[in-house]
Amino acid sequence: MAPRRPRRGDGRVALFFIAPVLLGFAIFYLYPTVRGLWWSFTDYSLLAEPEFVGLDNYADVLADSEFWNSMGVTLQYVVINVGSQTLIALLLAALMHRLTRSVALRTTLLLPWLVPNVTVGLVWLWLLDTNLGFVNRMFDSMGLDKVGFFTDPNLVIPTISLINTWAFVGYTALLFYAGMLQVPQEMFEAAAIDGAGELRTFFRVTLPLLRPILALVLVVSLIGSFQIFDTVAVTTKGGPVNASRVIYYYIYQQAFTFFHMGYAATMAILLVLILGVLTFVQLRLLRASESQLT
Amino acid sequence: MTMTTMPSPVPVDADESTPPAPPASVRTARRRPPIGRIIGWAILAITLVATLFPFYWMVKSALTPAADVIADAGNLWPSHPTVVNFARVLGLLSAEETRAAGGSGASINFALYLWNSIVYCVLIGTFQTLFCAMGGYAFARLRFRGREVLFGILIAALMVPGIFTLLPNFVLVRDLGLLNTVWGMVAPSLLMTPFALFFLRQFFLNIPKDVEEAAMIDGAGKIRIFWRVVLPMAQGPLITIALITVVWAWKDYLWPLLIGRDEAVRTVTVALGVYLQQSPNTQPDWTGLMAASTLSVIPVALLLVFLGRRIVESLNFTGIK
Repeated sequence: MAPRRPRRGDGRVALFFIAPVLLGFAIFYLYPTVRGLWWSFTDYSLLAEPEFVGLDNYADVLADSEFWNSMGVTLQYVVINVGSQTLIALLLAALMHRLTRSVALRTTLLLPWLVPNVTVGLVWLWLLDTNLGFVNRMFDSMGLDKVGFFTDPNLVIPTISLINTWAFVGYTALLFYAGMLQVPQEMFEAAAIDGAGELRTFFRVTLPLLRPILALVLVVSLIGSFQIFDTVAVTTKGGPVNASRVIYYYIYQQAFTFFHMGYAATMAILLVLILGVLTFVQLRLLRASESQLT
Repeated sequence: MTMTTMPSPVPVDADESTPPAPPASVRTARRRPPIGRIIGWAILAITLVATLFPFYWMVKSALTPAADVIADAGNLWPSHPTVVNFARVLGLLSAEETRAAGGSGASINFALYLWNSIVYCVLIGTFQTLFCAMGGYAFARLRFRGREVLFGILIAALMVPGIFTLLPNFVLVRDLGLLNTVWGMVAPSLLMTPFALFFLRQFFLNIPKDVEEAAMIDGAGKIRIFWRVVLPMAQGPLITIALITVVWAWKDYLWPLLIGRDEAVRTVTVALGVYLQQSPNTQPDWTGLMAASTLSVIPVALLLVFLGRRIVESLNFTGIK
């Protein structure tokens, strides 16, 4: 075969293979993206045609104290949730890695992740109910005051953050555990011969080698946490007095309760931008600290 | 760090040679009291209890008669265990019987919702896996113009958060007259998700070409090779991605909530939300809700029991390239 002539392509066959994927992408990803962008420049009530209003939505959203409140609430959730989830998952993974290979244990830890967030929300709503919930019953029998986990504006976001930590920590731990299994065994043996203790080995050997997975997990769980909706929708509906109205819930309300689709689309775009910047910064920071190590 | 050739597979007594080593070190020789190990095991045990207790409490509450819910709220065991809550949320009792058992009397038919959820999951799991396998194979193995650019564009959609496409997709489905239909509900994820496409392409990139080439020399066409040679080789990853897709579909809430409000197509998660609102009293119908919650967990718990090892191992596969 002449080297310069390109090998015969598979154009027709390839089109057959990628047609469904392309169709799905065009209709449900590309077209809605363009449409959502357009709506953000319009006044659109879902019932009448969109009406062009220029940058009004953007000006309004940026001046909307409720938008910033929701962003603040979301940020609070993200910090608590990602922080506790990552730390506990690292601890669990390290313990499993050093103590047991039990598949049964790993399988059990995964169970909460498989359960719908709605179910998780309901079960914890019941466990933490102010009057009849098991937790408050225990507090009561120990002579402690009852705690309004979902009714105290200062507690509602920490409560929801920890509920979702419960739901996702096993999954995250398994990702870390899988990463630890890939660290060559000789590394640990070498550390042991050097007389390094468990903690030292963890911080000097395991953690640095885990960095790529840590980066991946942090980025994914950060983006995921910003999109919390189900748990809030089931447990508090954003209450009390908007103390748990996360940004996803606020966008949902604007679109489907108040029928401000243009406004909702604008907020969604701003969320995309914020997530994009955060992801970029996070990846940069992690890469920077990684290169410092070597 | 200098690498030493491993002298023994198990580095026992390694710190015996360094006398001043602090006793806090977890890896102690066998003779020393393994405090670190005990603490470690204790943490794992606490985690296990914390993981399972909410499930236990859910099932326990589901087995408690509604009349006993206050009396039993602090008991670890239902004083008069019953399955009546399951019967009433499965729509097996009449309205009067349901009311007598502590329900609101509103129609609740979790048997139907379970079926709807299963249909939703199976449709998405099957077709998305098939179409993304086809696409993933083409992007990994076939030659055509613009392949890399096109793949890059498709994968860029991974970065777009769901809510951004959700609003226009809702309007699109509404305008197509597909609200409250199964097809409207499954449409956005039936053909592809960027994740499944990416995942399967990665797999196809890594399988050796020899087998395909051998089949090609035998005169088989690309489509035939894909069906007869490639798909059977890819069973593991196909099952993995189908499982993950099914689990996510099972957990779905917002999209089915928007598109499938009608009882006829309502999924389990949406039904749970509706059920919570339906309570006529000040207090939600907790025993019924916990019975319904239990029903929503059983299918995925069964998946875990039968495919637990595969699911756990597939995480190793998806999490890390």
